[in-house]
Amino acid sequence: MRSISIAGIAQLPSKLAEHHMDAAELVQAVTALALADAGIERKQIGFVCSGSSDYIMGQPFSFVMALDGVGAWPPIRESHVEMDGAWALYEAWVRLQHGDIDTALVYSFGKSSVGNVDDALGMQLDPYYVAPLGVSPMALAALQARALLDARFANERDFAQAVMRARLAGARNPNIPTPTATTVDALLAAPWVASPLRAHDAAVRTDGAAAIVLRAGGPGPKITGFAHRIEPHALGVRDLTTSPSARRAADDAGASRIDVAEIHTPYASQETILRNALGLNDRMLVNPSGGTLVAETPMVAGLLRVVEATRAIRDGAHRALAHATSGPCLQHNLVCVLEST
Amino acid sequence: MIPTAVIGIGQTRHAAKRDDVSMPGLVREAALRALADAGLEFKDIDAVVMGKAPDMFEGVPNPELFLADALGAAGKPMFRVHTAGSVGGSTAVVAAHLVSSGIHKRVLCVAWEKQSESNAMWALSQTYPFQPPVTAGAGGYFAPVIRAYMSRTAAPEHVGWKVAVKDRLNALKNPYAHLQLPDISLETVKASPLLWDPIRYLETCPSSDGACAMVLSSDTAGVKNPAWVLGTSMRTEPLLFAGRDEVTPMAGQLASKDVCAEAGITPAQIDCAELYVPFSWYEPMWLENLGLAESGWRAVDRGDTEMTGKLPINASGGVLSSNPIGASGMLRFAEAALQVRGAAGAHQLDRARIAMGHAYGGGSQFFSTWLVGAEKP
Amino acid sequence: MSAPVTQMKAPTRLEYLVHAGATTTTFLHSILKGQLVGRRCPVCHKVYIPPRGACPTCAVLCTDEVPVSNSGTVTTFSIVRIPFEGQRLTPPYACAHIVLDGADVPLLHIVGGCSVDEVRVGMRVEAVWLEIPQPTLATVTWFKPNGEPDRAVNDRGEVVP
Repeated sequence: MRSISIAGIAQLPSKLAEHHMDAAELVQAVTALALADAGIERKQIGFVCSGSSDYIMGQPFSFVMALDGVGAWPPIRESHVEMDGAWALYEAWVRLQHGDIDTALVYSFGKSSVGNVDDALGMQLDPYYVAPLGVSPMALAALQARALLDARFANERDFAQAVMRARLAGARNPNIPTPTATTVDALLAAPWVASPLRAHDAAVRTDGAAAIVLRAGGPGPKITGFAHRIEPHALGVRDLTTSPSARRAADDAGASRIDVAEIHTPYASQETILRNALGLNDRMLVNPSGGTLVAETPMVAGLLRVVEATRAIRDGAHRALAHATSGPCLQHNLVCVLEST
Repeated sequence: MIPTAVIGIGQTRHAAKRDDVSMPGLVREAALRALADAGLEFKDIDAVVMGKAPDMFEGVPNPELFLADALGAAGKPMFRVHTAGSVGGSTAVVAAHLVSSGIHKRVLCVAWEKQSESNAMWALSQTYPFQPPVTAGAGGYFAPVIRAYMSRTAAPEHVGWKVAVKDRLNALKNPYAHLQLPDISLETVKASPLLWDPIRYLETCPSSDGACAMVLSSDTAGVKNPAWVLGTSMRTEPLLFAGRDEVTPMAGQLASKDVCAEAGITPAQIDCAELYVPFSWYEPMWLENLGLAESGWRAVDRGDTEMTGKLPINASGGVLSSNPIGASGMLRFAEAALQVRGAAGAHQLDRARIAMGHAYGGGSQFFSTWLVGAEKP
Repeated sequence: MSAPVTQMKAPTRLEYLVHAGATTTTFLHSILKGQLVGRRCPVCHKVYIPPRGACPTCAVLCTDEVPVSNSGTVTTFSIVRIPFEGQRLTPPYACAHIVLDGADVPLLHIVGGCSVDEVRVGMRVEAVWLEIPQPTLATVTWFKPNGEPDRAVNDRGEVVP
């Protein structure tokens, strides 16, 4: 495999609502920052790949107008995934393996403020058997959390502690809405929304954008492993207390000797599952950014984990793991392993 | 790079309304045929790549999630591409790169659309707030561009009719094709109503349900006539910018140059092509854009693009005969592969050693192409 | 045996609250004042209307506001004769690329106020405004012939100066 490095990273601050910038403006700003960080001109980029969702933005072909922010002239080599930007990064990494081009620009954008994200995600469910029931994604996550409790793999205090850790770390992250200070006991005193989950167990949804510049063989953190796996959609055939797809992706990506992990947890209860599946332990720093519980931009959250893992390596870590997830109850999981050079 | 070939091809019967199958049933129909053609089963597949056009066409966001089960993807990497109308081609390109990079040995790619689940014209005509009040549908968008081509080249009106007749007659030889119009003639096309002046009803693609699937592999042991991938390209330009030539977009020109350069051939060495022609006039337009003819309309008028001509275009009947939008691009890529494999059945061409598959989308701004050949590169 | 089920209805409703963004907001303010104001790219100097946040070819923010004319030239067009769901106008109607004087890109809009048979390349048209402007480009209901002599349009769809 060709050695690919992260040459540049950028994000726009994750905001509860970004009313000032449209998609093209978000993309223009975040890609300019990533290119500047990499010290690469737009015209030098060999391949561009992005991730976004029409149902999140409320418009078919929402990625088309966002292209205005890229400067696709003269015509560029380009692709788009209707997935989180972490998968766009995967496509770009695969494309660079081809050997004919050496640089790639990857970006993603999302706005949770324009619509109801839960309503849109609820429509991802099997349209014949499940979606008509009107089950919310939070109710499904609660089902999973209940399975964890029943199996005695976690208790509700674990969920609250995950939220506490996220808020404490997030308080030091200048790029997210400032989390509210709290205590584990105060969190546990809050009412259930979908028992055993409370409102604060769900990620704080934000608007934002992230971008990464990849370069073959250059300086910067090196991608040493990159893999993803999906599980059955039918929840009834899955053991919801584990994530075999995350475990397989981590194995495929060679996720060992990790110092720092940035993991994508739409719900606090899922941190337990992912820590187990990804082989994370207390010697590792998990989500120094605060993670997605304090700021989750749809279609950006996963790519931003790679941005944060890169920051961790720039701050001195040797090996970092970035994780992204998609689908109900962690159906689809991606792992990217970075190493300092 | 690891030489990569198409070793299995499958497609559904395309129809206005496939109400005999669900969405999972539709994609399985194509996938199982591709696997059977390759002599494989789902368990032999390392990864699945799915492509389709906007999710609003069926009302299910990210349908790759719920279709993972039907495609045997559980436990494997499942990838979802969306590059507007070019997506069927882009999906095949992504799958090809997964193999040629050495990441996987066998990849199943699937592209589909079940337009009857929703109203595609509605989804295509959605206007965002603040925009001009122009709701014209896809034809309304492309008709002014076609008019510009006709006026630029002084092409006579009957050229569009000829393409409409040729593709429908070709479709009679393709049992999967949606439209079967044995009585079509220049007269019936000419007499059909104008929908989006200058586009007539019979010069327009249908709206179809359908799917296409291919197995790409580096392992061709025991495979009869693999179609080798000689070159791939995905090229994009902005939707609207000052000085844009939408009649012959530069992104399309580059998509052709890219694959020819990668394959080390000139366009003149291409024996046949499957081009994305949703309105008849796009055949002469793309012939020029891709460097396949100096004058596209004269090539059509001479009969060059008929099955007996020197550069047969859309022997399958093309998009004008079947248009399951997200799958239409992959059908072009797959039909090109069928020709070089000698497996196209009644619409097989005599001499097809190198074939081009082509797809485009958005406002003629997203292009994907590939060249496939009978000989290993 | 009852009839086989081949279809189920699943009506869907999702609501979105779309914010115009900075560039479009200033444009909508100009519409409320009865003016069409585009933006110029600081790199390629092309004038875009409706204005774009970022120049599609240069990927820089377009910051200079440039008023453009109410009048323009039809560079190509189509007559929509087919009815379909979601349509706002009754066919037949003409949708056209109109390059407004002072702008460098065509605006896709409707040509009205005349028979569709009169619409032609090179035709000069002017914006017809609603009496009470709304913050949308639909405030220009359509463009009507303005009586000026036709302009030449070259085969690249550009108005010959």
